[in-house]
Amino acid sequence: MDRRQFLKSSTALAAVAGAAAMPWRRVRAQTGPIKIGLLTPLTGVVASGGKEMVEGVQFYLESVNYQIAGRKVELVIEDDASNPDTALQKARRLVEQGNCQMLIGDLLANTGLAVANYVKGTGTPYFIPIIAADDLTQRHRIRNVIRVAGYSASAFTHPFGDWCLKQGYKKIATISQDYTFGHEQCGGLAQVFTEGGGQIVQQFWHPLNTADFSPYLGQLADLKVDAIFAMETGADATRFIQQYASFGLKGKTPLLGSMNATDQSVIRTLGEECDGIVSAAHFAEGSDNPVTRKFVKEYEAKYGKIPSLYGFSMYSGIMWVAQALEKIGGKVEDRDAFIDAVLKTELVGSPLGKTVKLDAYGNPIYDVQIRKTVKRADGKYWNVPVTSYPGVSQFWKYDPETYMKQPPYSRTFQGIKKA
Amino acid sequence: MKIAGMTSRAAVAVLVVLVIAAALPLLLSNYRIELATEILIFGVLAMSIDILSGFAGRTSLGHGAIFGVSGYVVVYASAQAGLSPAAAILLGVIAATLVAVVFALLAVRTSGVYFLLLTLALGMIVWGICLRWTQVTGGENGLRGDVRPAFLVGHRAFYWAVLAATTLVSYAMWRFVRSPFGLTLLGIRDSESRMKSLGYNVPLHLFIGFAVSGFFAGVAGALYALFNNFVSPSTVALQQSVEGVLMMIAGGVGTLFGGFVGAAAIIALENVVSAYTERWQTVLGLTFIVIMIFAPDGIIGMLRAILVFRFRSSPHIAEPRFELGNKDTS
Amino acid sequence: MSAFQLLNGLTYAALLFVVASGFTLIFGLLRIVNLAHGALYLLGGYIGFAIATRTGSFALGGLGAMAAIAAIGLVLDQGLLRFVGDNELRQVLLTLGFAFVLDDMALVIWGGDSFTVPIPQMLKGGMRVFGVYYPTYRLFVLATGVVVFAGLWLLLNHTRLGALIRAGVDDAEMVEASGVNIRRVFLVTFLLGSALAGLGGLMGGAFLSLYPSADAEILVFSLAIVIIGGRGSLVGVGVGSLLVGLLNTLGQVMFPELAYFVIFGPMALLLAFRPLGLFGKATAA
Repeated sequence: MDRRQFLKSSTALAAVAGAAAMPWRRVRAQTGPIKIGLLTPLTGVVASGGKEMVEGVQFYLESVNYQIAGRKVELVIEDDASNPDTALQKARRLVEQGNCQMLIGDLLANTGLAVANYVKGTGTPYFIPIIAADDLTQRHRIRNVIRVAGYSASAFTHPFGDWCLKQGYKKIATISQDYTFGHEQCGGLAQVFTEGGGQIVQQFWHPLNTADFSPYLGQLADLKVDAIFAMETGADATRFIQQYASFGLKGKTPLLGSMNATDQSVIRTLGEECDGIVSAAHFAEGSDNPVTRKFVKEYEAKYGKIPSLYGFSMYSGIMWVAQALEKIGGKVEDRDAFIDAVLKTELVGSPLGKTVKLDAYGNPIYDVQIRKTVKRADGKYWNVPVTSYPGVSQFWKYDPETYMKQPPYSRTFQGIKKA
Repeated sequence: MKIAGMTSRAAVAVLVVLVIAAALPLLLSNYRIELATEILIFGVLAMSIDILSGFAGRTSLGHGAIFGVSGYVVVYASAQAGLSPAAAILLGVIAATLVAVVFALLAVRTSGVYFLLLTLALGMIVWGICLRWTQVTGGENGLRGDVRPAFLVGHRAFYWAVLAATTLVSYAMWRFVRSPFGLTLLGIRDSESRMKSLGYNVPLHLFIGFAVSGFFAGVAGALYALFNNFVSPSTVALQQSVEGVLMMIAGGVGTLFGGFVGAAAIIALENVVSAYTERWQTVLGLTFIVIMIFAPDGIIGMLRAILVFRFRSSPHIAEPRFELGNKDTS
Repeated sequence: MSAFQLLNGLTYAALLFVVASGFTLIFGLLRIVNLAHGALYLLGGYIGFAIATRTGSFALGGLGAMAAIAAIGLVLDQGLLRFVGDNELRQVLLTLGFAFVLDDMALVIWGGDSFTVPIPQMLKGGMRVFGVYYPTYRLFVLATGVVVFAGLWLLLNHTRLGALIRAGVDDAEMVEASGVNIRRVFLVTFLLGSALAGLGGLMGGAFLSLYPSADAEILVFSLAIVIIGGRGSLVGVGVGSLLVGLLNTLGQVMFPELAYFVIFGPMALLLAFRPLGLFGKATAA
């Protein structure tokens, strides 16, 4: 479908609905369409990820013919411009003008947190398959902000730290973008790794969009460590991986990446320089699970590229919401029942090929895959699972209450156990 | 007869506008009320830039940073330090004024394109600090909190509060540019060398003008923080400064109240266009280009030209027409 | 600072020089702060990338990028800027609007993925300099920076065009009065400045990669360089590039938390004492 045309018609509809008098709306709503507001960065620094988020949602909704629980689904897409101020404004428009019964999406943590802060006041259900800020399912939960098919940032790096220990690594250095998402991913790895006897030799924090990594690479090369963990997203990841290779570090020190560093959205445009990077994630597009295979194949046929984290997560996220709606007969107007249903739903048939459910804090429990970037037969690179940690909680093996008493991971607190 | 410094005709006009503005929320949907609130806030920002641009001949590309600093301080003081909203707003405005003072110290000796460049660069520094001083500013994620006091949580209540504040500061700005001090700034804008030879301390006047302008930008920033309950580096970024300047120009440089017209035009445009096309950035860019080429006097300027042509009268709007960013003709 | 970090700073400075020299040429002579310069850089990179991947020739990519960006510069200068006269504010905002449009068009054409310009085989890998292993391509960037500097220096100091440009920087009206068609000199300068942005885009695109918002980052550095170096001074932009490149490296190594401040702090200080930059001269205009 022509998206622009679609946007046009759906916003026109929204205007009509908005103009209708209040008492009418309640009556009409039961039979009217389910309106879903999708917030996604279509412009700005993460625009390509944003486009895939739209694809993921549309891919699913098309597969059910835009029908959930017998009701028509109307999708209204808004560009958050990779900017929290804009995200907030668009969220307002979707909820107050467009009368969307729920919001889903946002890619960057700052946009997601801004919207979460807003829906805390309105009570609108807001689903965040991509926004990974730990505290949204830990210390600062908001009941109507739900991480369907998403993950908390440190959830996968905890087992990754354990895996590093099992490799016999003694010393690791980390380099990361200097913001919460990076602090949390590094913290998860650093805590488990040091508590198991490993040593974090040094941690580098650089600003987002660092053009030139050479100053850091020089220092990393001098450290004599067993492995380097890089927490990078988007263009930073592309550049880091490339410069890591061009400065000759590749082949000398094994490179470990955060899941987003070797996501398809990054390695799609890379060649052999990304070969053999190990990372931890719930999804591995190169898995031989038949359900995953089918999804990847169909997605690739439709959009001409291997699905990234963004496409996969949004596809699974909207699927989760749909399954919850089916359970309550599509009664999206009853917010409490709707939110309860989503929290209790166990996601079946997602591209993971495994049933997923939320823990008591609203974070999904996954089998965490340790993955490696490998060249496919056609020369493209993808992530193939090496080993797996079943049923990993966001609290790893810690007691949730005790865990949440420690401060959230930050630049100054990385959970590092002093030797 | 004069009422609060205005002719009685002007006073009646102002009253009518205020009554209409105050009645608006009774007619509009919640979302539209929020847009109207935003227009008022950005109108104040545009006016604060106009104080320098239209009345002192210096256009600042750093006012977004001053505006944003106020927002940061307000959110930090209320959400992190637990101060009352009133105290937080006060601190925010003070902080913005201080930043403006620093900017002014560095920038008042320059004019023309150097002034643009310098204020732009100073704004970048503020942005860099907000982005990197993570412990205080929350870095990329910014700061969040419930800043608004309980009685202002409703859409209408908040709109009225902003309207009241806006009316107050607009009046203050108007009095400022009409004061003997403001007229001296006008003199500097028209000819710096003449004012110098008349014995005026030009840098000092510009310095004070900048600080006052920063104060008002700070008020706008504080209101914006209350509006969003949230602040992030994008609030202090260059884009914010540029949009403020664009609103000022769209309204009409040197018209002061044109700021509201410009803010309304740009915010409406962004909202309408982004609903219909993904390519709103292109449309925004084209808007810049079109305004610069075809409507440098802004909407008010165009209306005025038409009015003057039609009626050839109206002495009370017979202020001189302003050229954009006048160059010093020394 | 180790030899390695010194090389990092120098190679980065060389790239910044290529981009910023174009910026300062236009700023110096035409008094136009071209905020579309960053967008021209990015677009040059994308066009160079498209040509280099299709033809397999890095050099063709470079030529294509320079030609295409010069053509876009022509549109900007002749098609748009001449309608706003010499009003600085209108020029600045017009170029910014133009940058918005260019960026958005680039997003439409190339999507938002990050691309890297493929480099020729002979520039791949690394070599030993001053006892450290260093990527050949970055050394090539350094050499290109030096060549561009030498070329511009020869152009400005040993050709008639250069003499006119230099005279125009000091006092354009005087040159005009002496019977020279200064408009033509302006145009050539604008095209040359744009072409340098295009070249920078290709070179930067091969090791810093191309993605939305890369334009803003390079523009900020260019602004800093020109403010530090002073308007229209080739030596100024050279020194400015070295300072910014080295400070950037030094800042990342020694004060990572103050990364931006390390560049902009000294710049603000400098401005407080020398508002026209290190090599800027007050002009008659």
